[in-house]
Amino acid sequence: MSSPPPVSRREFLKFGGLVVSFALPVRLAFAENAGLPASATPAKTVAPDQVDGFLAIDRHGKVTVFSGKVDLGTGVRTAITQIAAEELDVPMARVNVIQGDTLLTPDQGPTYGSLSIQNGGVQIRQAAATARRALLQQAAQRLSIDEHELTVDGGVIKPKNGTASVSYGDLIGGRTFALQLDKNAPLKDPAAYATVGRSQPRLDIPDKVTGRFTYMHDFRVAGMVHARVVRPPAIGATLLSVNEDSVSRVPGIIGVVRQRNFLAVVAQTEWGAISAARQLKATWSDWQGLPDEDKLWEYVRSTKITKDDVTSDRGDVDAALAAADKRVSATYDFAIHTHGSIGPSCAVASFEGGKLTCWSASQATHNLRQQLALMFGIPDADVRVIYIDGSGCYGRNGHEDAAADAALLAREVGRPVRVQWMRADEHGWDPKGPPTLIDMQAALDASGDVTAWYSQFYGPEGVAGRVKLVAADLAAMPHETVMSPGGIINGTAVPYTFPSVKTLAHRLVSTPLRPSWIRAPGRMQSAFANETFLDEIAVATHADPFELRLRYLAGDSRAVELLERLARFANWQKRSAGKPAGGGTATGRGMAFVKYENNRTYVGMVATIEIVRATGVITAKHFAVVQDCGQIINPDGVKNQIEGNVVQTVSRTLIEQVHFDRSRVTSIDWQTYPILTFPDVPQIDIDLIDRPNEKPWGAGEPSSAIVSAAISNAVFDAIGVRLRSVPFSPQKTLAALKS
Amino acid sequence: MTAGTQSVSLNVNGRTVHLTIDDPAMPLLYALRNDLGLHGPRFGCGLGQCGACTVHLDGAAIRSCVFPAVAAAGHSVVTLEGLGTPEKPHPLQQAFIDEQAVQCGYCINGMIMQSAALVSANKHPTDDEIKQALAYNLCRCGTHLRIVRAVKRACSGA
Repeated sequence: MSSPPPVSRREFLKFGGLVVSFALPVRLAFAENAGLPASATPAKTVAPDQVDGFLAIDRHGKVTVFSGKVDLGTGVRTAITQIAAEELDVPMARVNVIQGDTLLTPDQGPTYGSLSIQNGGVQIRQAAATARRALLQQAAQRLSIDEHELTVDGGVIKPKNGTASVSYGDLIGGRTFALQLDKNAPLKDPAAYATVGRSQPRLDIPDKVTGRFTYMHDFRVAGMVHARVVRPPAIGATLLSVNEDSVSRVPGIIGVVRQRNFLAVVAQTEWGAISAARQLKATWSDWQGLPDEDKLWEYVRSTKITKDDVTSDRGDVDAALAAADKRVSATYDFAIHTHGSIGPSCAVASFEGGKLTCWSASQATHNLRQQLALMFGIPDADVRVIYIDGSGCYGRNGHEDAAADAALLAREVGRPVRVQWMRADEHGWDPKGPPTLIDMQAALDASGDVTAWYSQFYGPEGVAGRVKLVAADLAAMPHETVMSPGGIINGTAVPYTFPSVKTLAHRLVSTPLRPSWIRAPGRMQSAFANETFLDEIAVATHADPFELRLRYLAGDSRAVELLERLARFANWQKRSAGKPAGGGTATGRGMAFVKYENNRTYVGMVATIEIVRATGVITAKHFAVVQDCGQIINPDGVKNQIEGNVVQTVSRTLIEQVHFDRSRVTSIDWQTYPILTFPDVPQIDIDLIDRPNEKPWGAGEPSSAIVSAAISNAVFDAIGVRLRSVPFSPQKTLAALKS
Repeated sequence: MTAGTQSVSLNVNGRTVHLTIDDPAMPLLYALRNDLGLHGPRFGCGLGQCGACTVHLDGAAIRSCVFPAVAAAGHSVVTLEGLGTPEKPHPLQQAFIDEQAVQCGYCINGMIMQSAALVSANKHPTDDEIKQALAYNLCRCGTHLRIVRAVKRACSGA
């Protein structure tokens, strides 16, 4: 590559200062109070079993929360602030949250799976409760008053009767708690809550609507240069030659970086990098390793099965099927989807003295740190990944890959590098929700009861591990070699008490495009098959779909309450079969239900759709949703998530599908991968069941899981045609109408 | 200055700015974000498809990712920052706060700028008019209903 302009010592110093500035508030909090310079303070612990891992209080009583879970645009920052403020009895304005910085925040696991509040928030709440008790004990000593006679108001501890008082800042200001997190530290009585359980305005919104917010894409460091990646035109192509002269006249060009099949251009300016990426002449080998898209489902069905996961097994399904009065069977499939973040992935990285600092919108900074350490063959301790909010992230999209691109380039260029993916990079190279196929069978007896339920799920092998980094793969650097599609089999089992049940997941050795998790991974596909098939059974047995479900949920009082409430909320009219259809435009209603992963959030919905017979175009008109996610932290935040889940999944269900040819993804922008737009967005009414004394469960995924089934069931109600293949394109609907 | 470099002057958020542009093909977006350090207009697609980069040029909503910076010479550009601040928000910005009409917020610049252009021409748009005006602004988080409510709210108070 061309040699970059020399970086002055001064620039590096400036840059170094910026790196440290992220730690500054914390170190200052310790240092100011101890009367020490910031540099002399000890490193902050990130141990998840230590109160100091999660909390610091300075001498002014300002609370800093260190959260391993990050805000992906879901309002987690606000909810975590509420939880900490509530448990500590301080105003929200006095709490600051630092997220996903591997140097400062405990590893609370990736921000996925609707677990940020359920796991991450609960850990922070327990840290706050442990801290609160310790502070009360200290205050009791200081004031010589029994601990139980004390109250806390706005971070000031005082006797219930009396005037003496001492503040958190006085007691702990700037010092560490040096306390184990106590799982049994008493929690505040929810009846006394002032902040949790009430809709609090999101803290990030004022800055986001006025252009003051700093997204990952806005982040800059001194001395930084800009890069663009040049991906192979075919996914598995080999780079044969690069003509560096083809970009030598681009204004601001610094150079071309090539390592095996990894190719990128670096320039002083962002536009220079974009121009160079467009003008760079390179030759690549041919590669046609993808299957024929038109035969995708044959391909999936014929892919080698490496193992079968039995996710539930009760009674004798084979015997019940053999003895059935009536058998029902159906196959469902669900297309490949892309995440489609509105802002393509972006990252900044700097290698300095062999140590890597990377700013990323990754949902899993601690994992990414380990992946980068592996890639570059350096210790984890020499990598720091710092989270900065990005464009909405609905799973493992391209953020981590952009980070690896930036890190590799920063090492090669010797300066901080910003990599911004272009739209085609994001659509073409983010990891995809894999194609999923599900076979369903049920046995019915003469009275219409379900005697056997048998499902077979076909999806790639692997778990929610670490998705291979594109740059490491292309540059032939160390990287993960197993697939990580996410916890895709966690929704295959059903909550229904059928006498015999077998749910099986066939795990496949490969899938056409690099897989990862996208919102409710596998669980959306499973719920689509399970809840649509149940509707088919309801039709076959002339049962009302609510009554059919309630028959097999009798022991689960929260499920029963939810379904009964949904029927009322949606003003459901009982029925015994799909109504006869007529007219050019038909309307229908369908319901679906899920107990998410069979162990948490309950959600049910009734969809109302409209379908034009002549065109096969389906419009989702309305959704009535009832959800029980246990204790609710921020009701408006939960509603916002449900609305988002419904709208995004209507889009996925009706129109989304990643297309590809034998060499590459051909859905590379918003024309080739359209998503739902304003005129087609349904109205949504939501009824939340709040259970302040129960555990808080996730809200970011569950309601998305049942949207496809609710629509499919509504379409059947409207026109008597069963749609079993997502997306429900007009072509498929017309074909189903004709058959 | 190398060959092809041009100096252009334009008004951005009420201030006259001078830009040195070394490639006449460079879209306005890059000048606003990188030369002027603005965070409002956002890069989403670079193709004029999503609307995240929307700004006003002489009052009209344009896609700054496909509009050459040199073509803005002598014109007046307003970005999200030029509408209002957290301390003194524009009625639309206040309505987006009141309706909590944001998830990740990456698209919100476009939603507000496009709506501001709509509202300046139509003081009391119906829901359908708002949806049509925003039909080419994409949101992936699914914040649409709140966005429509926010625009309605801003108009009802005006």
